[in-house]
Amino acid sequence: MSKKEGQIRIPSGCAIAAVISREGRRMSGEKIVEAMKPMHARSNGLGGGFAAYGIYPQYRDFYAFHLFFDNRDARKDCERYLKENFEIVQAEVIPTRNLPQITNVPMIWRYFLSPFASVLVRENIREEDLVSRTVMTINEGMDGAYVFSSGKNMGAFKAVGYPEDVGAFYKLEEYQGYSWTAHGRYPTNTPGWWGGAHPFTLLDYSIVHNGEISSYDANRRFLEMFGYRCSLQTDTEVIAYMMDYLLRVQKLSLEDAAAVAAAPFWSTIENNPDPKERQRLTYLRTVFPSLLITGPFSIVLGFNGGLMALNDRLKLRSMVTGEKDDLVFIASEEAAIRVMEPEAENIHAPAGGQAVIVKVKEGAY
Amino acid sequence: MGIDYIYPEFEVIRNESRCVTCQVCQRQCANEVHRYDPDLGRMLSDETKCVGCHRCVSLCPTHALKIVKNDCAFRENANWQTGAIKEIYKQASSGGVLLSSMGSPAPLSVYWDKLLLNASQVTNPSIDPLREPMETRVYLGKKPGLVDRDDKGNLTYALEPQLELSMPVMFSAMSYGSISYNAHKSLAMAAQKLGIFYNTGEGGLHEDFYCYGGNTIVQVASGRFGVYKDYLDAGAAVEIKMGQGAKPGIGGHLPGAKIVGDVSRTRMIPEGSDAISPAPHHDIYSIEDLRQLVYSLKEATEYKKPVIVKVAAVHNIAAIASGVARSGADIIAIDGFRGGTGAAPTRIRDNVGIPIELALAAVDQRLREEGIRSQVSLVVGGSIRSASDVVKAVALGADACYIATGALLALGCHLCRTCHTGRCNWGIATQRPDLVKRLNPEVGCQRLVNLLTAWNHEIKELMGGMGINSIEALRGNRLMLRGVGLTETELRILGVAHAGE
Repeated sequence: MSKKEGQIRIPSGCAIAAVISREGRRMSGEKIVEAMKPMHARSNGLGGGFAAYGIYPQYRDFYAFHLFFDNRDARKDCERYLKENFEIVQAEVIPTRNLPQITNVPMIWRYFLSPFASVLVRENIREEDLVSRTVMTINEGMDGAYVFSSGKNMGAFKAVGYPEDVGAFYKLEEYQGYSWTAHGRYPTNTPGWWGGAHPFTLLDYSIVHNGEISSYDANRRFLEMFGYRCSLQTDTEVIAYMMDYLLRVQKLSLEDAAAVAAAPFWSTIENNPDPKERQRLTYLRTVFPSLLITGPFSIVLGFNGGLMALNDRLKLRSMVTGEKDDLVFIASEEAAIRVMEPEAENIHAPAGGQAVIVKVKEGAY
Repeated sequence: MGIDYIYPEFEVIRNESRCVTCQVCQRQCANEVHRYDPDLGRMLSDETKCVGCHRCVSLCPTHALKIVKNDCAFRENANWQTGAIKEIYKQASSGGVLLSSMGSPAPLSVYWDKLLLNASQVTNPSIDPLREPMETRVYLGKKPGLVDRDDKGNLTYALEPQLELSMPVMFSAMSYGSISYNAHKSLAMAAQKLGIFYNTGEGGLHEDFYCYGGNTIVQVASGRFGVYKDYLDAGAAVEIKMGQGAKPGIGGHLPGAKIVGDVSRTRMIPEGSDAISPAPHHDIYSIEDLRQLVYSLKEATEYKKPVIVKVAAVHNIAAIASGVARSGADIIAIDGFRGGTGAAPTRIRDNVGIPIELALAAVDQRLREEGIRSQVSLVVGGSIRSASDVVKAVALGADACYIATGALLALGCHLCRTCHTGRCNWGIATQRPDLVKRLNPEVGCQRLVNLLTAWNHEIKELMGGMGINSIEALRGNRLMLRGVGLTETELRILGVAHAGE
């Protein structure tokens, strides 16, 4: 029997796209699904997915867990485990539409969870850490159960299939979010497993990623020191955990996290005329050498209230940005931006390692 | 003669039709193999004295000489091989412990040769180091668990002391005394030019070399020879030598005959007295004692210099390294059992310790399992022979490598393995002024710079092929390695998959 993704490592190429309203204006998923169509050839039907922010305002204080289950027993076991630490405020099947293009559909459930205060006190653990640990435990240890989304007021939707079909399958036109990211996958193998599709998420961080990073095992083995478990062996998973570690655990700014992951070359740092900047960049490279990402990548990091797009420092993958009014667009190709907004302005290809950070107005999300 | 006679190991073949009796060979051989016979008008050889160092071969102007392995053999025996028989004769005659120099020549596994590197194809571009930046700079030292912030939450940029290396290679410890003044000077100058470090070993630091302090690691070993305040202050880092790969569990012994002049002054012991380093540090009988020495040295150097603890690769190395990491060491240096030495008991050199590849893999993995890998840097030595060995070591988890035998080869050493005799014809492992002067430090320095410059090019080529443009993304990146011809157990310990997987 061929091995499932996670037991082997499968490189892939891809397409990514994102749209965000700086005003926090919510929009349906239709636009982002359309954006993936002109980039059809960048995927091969073996993985597509979306992340959406602001979609669960009525449950905004609860962790929204999206899970795949292979069977009913896996779901029952997993629910029993969740109930040890969380109150399940709501449990439901995620609505989907039957399509001929999407087959081998697992059970897809959504839970809104609230950690028990008593557990947090007893274990002296912060609630984000409890959520993170729960995700790792299920994904590494529970056969037939896989958490693919675990943040508040956001959610990931992914499947094996072309992204536009995946969007239709999940009825994304029925969700309203202020920020959307999307991904179409071109893996070099046929794992046929839904967990391998993007985005990868932890808490409210989501990553869509185009590329294959050569630093994977150095990054993974560093992060596994801190309780992360890269159960899928994909680049994207490791980048998602890296961002969680840098932003949430180390509390770095987005700019600092970008300077770690896509650190400028030493020669570039030394030629920087600003001594404070030299000090900052040298410090970050010295402290986090194992979190430098090498090899081609373009990523969009989603989080509550914003997006960050980042290219590898050599810019070995295409990525362009554009804007129109309150909207900012990011995509592998300009064509995808033009589909979302034919009148898009300021089309720009950010330099390698140059982070593009977009934040929603405070209080608007 | 008679019962103890051992037929010479080498045969000196002199092409009489080429020999012009210039007598260079005679002047060059400190072992006195060659002799001009005026009556016969030709050169004669005493092959019993030949060590196979090739000094005469290299300098013969007419290429008249070659040294070949002698084919006079005992009756073949798979169990009692020639070496074992000869050693019995030597010990039956002398009653002494057998001594050897340099790393073990025994045919034990070299895992570097059973590990293969990856390269990019199709899904990920390789990077051309001639056209794109390719970084090999490394910082050795403790990294903070959590970044330090001031009251306002801003980063303070506070860091423990770090050593900056232009490439992940340093010259390993060799004492002044075991090697010559000119050899030391060559290493010091090359380290400075290359932006790396050399290591004093346990012989103190010659007063002429304090000027290279910024590229010097000063060693504190069990004999404490040459250690005083100025010495500690002179170096960029301090290394506590707990053990050496070639002779784990024992100390060192530099015979009184070599403790002359500057060597005596640098070691701070009387001329002619044997310099005996005890087997253990007599103030370190346990891990908590090590912590005290680490912090004593940090106090003495005002916490401005990283402290390296060097240990030999032995069976329980993962647990030992974990203990060392928790004892305040900034850098752990691990020396594998193929590592070199100026002199070691043969039995110990050839039978004690474990290969560096397995030790490194086990230590790196254990420190990660305990979540303390970032608290220390790992430097490995014990027969790093080439740029590909360095790349494989980094991929297994090393921050940098120590080389010593390779450096001596660059200086002219021909690995004759008779350093302990003190008659090194290449001017390296000797204190005889007439021999020492054969090694020109300017030339030696240039050859070391050439060697490591070449290695750095090769490291960049190998990294570029893997699509990696900075050495830190290679460190511990074991997916870049595959094993060939290794057992399940070996693969498990190395943490690599078999080729084809």
